[in-house]
Amino acid sequence: MARPMDEIRWQDLEIGGAVSEPGSSREYKTGSWRSLLPVVDKDQCIRCGVCWLFCPDAAINQSEDGHFQTDVEYCKGCGICARECPVGCISMVIEEY
Amino acid sequence: MDKFSVFSARLVEKGEYFTSGHRSCQGCAEALAVRLVMKALGRNTIVAMATGCMEIVSSPLPTTAWEVPWIHVAFENASAVASGCESGMKAMMRKGKMPPKKINFVAMGGDGATADIGMGQLSGALERGHDMIYVCYDNEAYMNTGIQRSSSTPWGASTTTSPAGKMSKGQHTQKKDLPKIAIAHNIPYVATACPSFPFDLMEKVQKAAAIQGPAYLHILSVCPTGWRIPPEEAIRYGRLAVNTCVFPLYEYEYGKYRLNYRPSPILPVREYIEGQGRFRHLTPEDIEAIQERTMAEYEKLVKLSEED
Repeated sequence: MARPMDEIRWQDLEIGGAVSEPGSSREYKTGSWRSLLPVVDKDQCIRCGVCWLFCPDAAINQSEDGHFQTDVEYCKGCGICARECPVGCISMVIEEY
Repeated sequence: MDKFSVFSARLVEKGEYFTSGHRSCQGCAEALAVRLVMKALGRNTIVAMATGCMEIVSSPLPTTAWEVPWIHVAFENASAVASGCESGMKAMMRKGKMPPKKINFVAMGGDGATADIGMGQLSGALERGHDMIYVCYDNEAYMNTGIQRSSSTPWGASTTTSPAGKMSKGQHTQKKDLPKIAIAHNIPYVATACPSFPFDLMEKVQKAAAIQGPAYLHILSVCPTGWRIPPEEAIRYGRLAVNTCVFPLYEYEYGKYRLNYRPSPILPVREYIEGQGRFRHLTPEDIEAIQERTMAEYEKLVKLSEED
């Protein structure tokens, strides 16, 4: 986005409320909703990708070594990845600030 | 090896066409269903979406979660807009105003937009035979406005407009069978799917896109907020719905029924119902009644799939 979301005023919108930039919701970090953070135990992980496939927020990325990592900017902490992991290598921990 | 399909999560399309940053609740299986449908369809897609949860969460004004052309329309006319897009593009290709290419025209709606408000327009679009896909995300109530009953709400479910109490057992009518209504239009392809079975869902979407003519997909999407279950259980409840035969996975292709998945053993309906807050007032007799009805429906389906 050309400008941060909270600086866009109504005069800047296009006619009809059209949004010309695809995927601009990445600007909004849903990670701030979270209370539990999934933590992956890399020794147990078999890199099957089930957590990535089942994540409703597309908040899991594959790193270069093949492991799947949580994108903390967008993860809402629902816990589906920890529940569906076939080897149980993901645990949900309470985040402390 | 060419004759075998390999189903592995790592081989699924990596591109995201329904991106992060959308505002759905934690553990929303409907958002997951949209993500998987868009993965299966790919970039050459135009989506017309009716009002509902997915429209609200994906496009709060200055931003959008979509990576494909997307039109928001009112509750009733998603199918009409998608069929208009299809006809318009077809005419432009015929007149040489744009290069001919394969575009998927998709109309999406929730169960309220499909079963209640957009029923007539959906029927019209299916009857006119446009080359489009209608995808219904069925979360069994109007979840967006705060869990009001729709005609797709199952019997016994407590919602804010069909509350359970001393005088009522929640929703007192049976769930409307939308795939059967779509089949009655004699369209080429109708299928039911669930995001808890992601490969089955994506195969069906690709099949619907490949078939010439209208296709209808009915996707059960678990709503943790409205069904009163913990968010991490969303995928498991979808699996339970299929394994207890409450929501059998089947497809109807050119007049032939095919049951895609026969659960073995068939789990008792009690397992699906017990954990859900919306069903917690039901007595064992009520659950027995649901069990009988579910099995009767399933037997009918088995018979239909064996006839052909």
